[in-house]
Amino acid sequence: MTAAAAPGAILPGRGGLGGALSDAFWRNPKLLLFVMLTPPLLWLGIIYLGSLFALLIQSFFSIDEFSGLVVREFTLKTYGELLRPSNLDIIVRTVTMAGLVTIASAIIAFPIAYYAARYAKGRWKAIFYLGVMLPLWSSYLVKVYAWKLILAKEGILSWIFAKLHLTPLIDGWLALPVVGGNSLSVSPTGTFLVFVYVWLPFMILPVQAALERVPTNLLEASADLGASPRQTFSHVLLPLALPGVIAGSIFTFSLTLGDYIIPQIIGTSHLFIGMAVYAHQGTAGNIPLAAAFTVVPVVIMGIYLWLAKRAGAFNAL
Amino acid sequence: MPHAVTFQKVSRHFGSVRAVDAVDLEVEAGEFFAMLGPSGSGKTTCLRLIAGFEQPTSGHIEIFGETAEGVPPYRRNVNTVFQDYALFPHLNVADNVAYGQMIRGVGKAERLRDAEAALEMVKLPGYGARKPGELSGGQRQRVALARALVNKPKVLLLDEPLGALDLKLREQMQEELKTLQKALGITFVFVTHDQGEALSMADRIAVFNHGKIMQTGTPEEIYRRPKTRFVADFVGSSNVLSPAFTRRLGGPAEWASLRPEDIRIGAEGGHEARVTGSSFLGNATRLTLDMAGEKLTVLLPAGSAVPAPGASVRFSWEPSALHLMGTET
Repeated sequence: MTAAAAPGAILPGRGGLGGALSDAFWRNPKLLLFVMLTPPLLWLGIIYLGSLFALLIQSFFSIDEFSGLVVREFTLKTYGELLRPSNLDIIVRTVTMAGLVTIASAIIAFPIAYYAARYAKGRWKAIFYLGVMLPLWSSYLVKVYAWKLILAKEGILSWIFAKLHLTPLIDGWLALPVVGGNSLSVSPTGTFLVFVYVWLPFMILPVQAALERVPTNLLEASADLGASPRQTFSHVLLPLALPGVIAGSIFTFSLTLGDYIIPQIIGTSHLFIGMAVYAHQGTAGNIPLAAAFTVVPVVIMGIYLWLAKRAGAFNAL
Repeated sequence: MPHAVTFQKVSRHFGSVRAVDAVDLEVEAGEFFAMLGPSGSGKTTCLRLIAGFEQPTSGHIEIFGETAEGVPPYRRNVNTVFQDYALFPHLNVADNVAYGQMIRGVGKAERLRDAEAALEMVKLPGYGARKPGELSGGQRQRVALARALVNKPKVLLLDEPLGALDLKLREQMQEELKTLQKALGITFVFVTHDQGEALSMADRIAVFNHGKIMQTGTPEEIYRRPKTRFVADFVGSSNVLSPAFTRRLGGPAEWASLRPEDIRIGAEGGHEARVTGSSFLGNATRLTLDMAGEKLTVLLPAGSAVPAPGASVRFSWEPSALHLMGTET
């Protein structure tokens, strides 16, 4: 072997700018982190949080009722307006709907996620992901309008119920106050069903991810110590899957809180927060009130997460 | 008094894999029983059959005279110390230990008192408020032990509980487990792949291979009188001599086991062989000998002269050291 061909203990630098940069980044890993994080952080900080902050400021302005112009002075008048019975009504309706949609999604999602996490393997796992994700790939509007047809008075659902001689069941339900209406497609029940359908994947996926991280031997240990399957569920499985359920509920809850299309297409004429925001920033031109309405979901989510943390929902993380 | 655990022709198949294959087994009440074997030999599946996590494909299992097949784990008065401890990460140490009693509806004050007593027994008093994540491997192991023992099970199952501990801690825990078992009088069934661990701790050992029990007996029997080539080789890495080789060494034409520590190296007498390698083990030196193509391992006690590789030596043994195992093994 010649001296030129034999490599020494230390290899020469790669040379050029790339080589120098590689060496510099290796010596200062924080420099690499800084270079990688600066652009997205600028985006997040300025475009995202900045606009949210601008919105927050808007909500402390008010509108001159005579001229319809925004008065750029600090006031709590707009928030006072938010607490008027008609506006409070909108908030209560939206929050109740979001809560019910979240609970229903969690109940439907858990068994599906449990199956996918514990039993599905190989091809069945792929089918599970496809089945959960596929509805997300098609247009949201198409799905909502499809549901309008399904739920309509002459739709497939009432047709099936008629064939099963169960029409009185639907009629009886629709005759109920609050949840009922002329047909499912113009009732709060219809709004609820479509919300649950549209947001369900956002609950299934995080719950499945959380359940997948629960080691099987913890469930065996629980049974070994005398716990029936029901006790194992409430003492081990649910507490450990709770971060996933909370993550999913953040999606379903906040998405329902902010949505303005579903209640407009399927449901009654009663407004939801999203619809109120849409109306106030558009036709009514009341940007401060629209902003104040937008702050409501943010505050509610903050309180919700705080309560969840206090209840120990994140202890397993 | 019935046996603690009885297996009658028990099999557990996973598809075409016979994890446990027609095993007969009797564990005496109050004994420290070890199931020893390489990984995949069926010992852990046997443990899981006793715990109830697996159901037998065929055969009959009794625990203290009562039929166990078809009975779910939560109805068996049997507790397990899992290989990786399986402590509940969302509960603190005291609640982990008190879990079994909490499930049975024992009041909070009483079960926490019992949990503290159990923690004291495993030498972790005052650790109740910590989370499992804050403990070392050895401490977690003790918590898992306390969590099982606090329920006063009829049988305690231990699935390679010392596998993840370092050597010093492992030796200390072996000692403590043995003492604890004698003091409590609970039947321990212990799964391990470490023959030293099985020999030092168990009252009796079952050696597993390919889903079958090769031999059951006291550590002394298993070590001194292995019935098969596999047992001789797996327990204490004996020299397994083929019938032809045994004959050349002056014995009958049978398979035989000759323990490395029973071979003496001397200047005269016995047979001649060439040294092919030596490795220093601290308390001994292991020599490998070659006698016309047949290999032999010799364990030289510390302090004896070590012949250099390539040297020609003569070796011999006490006649009683050569253990014959028949022609068919």
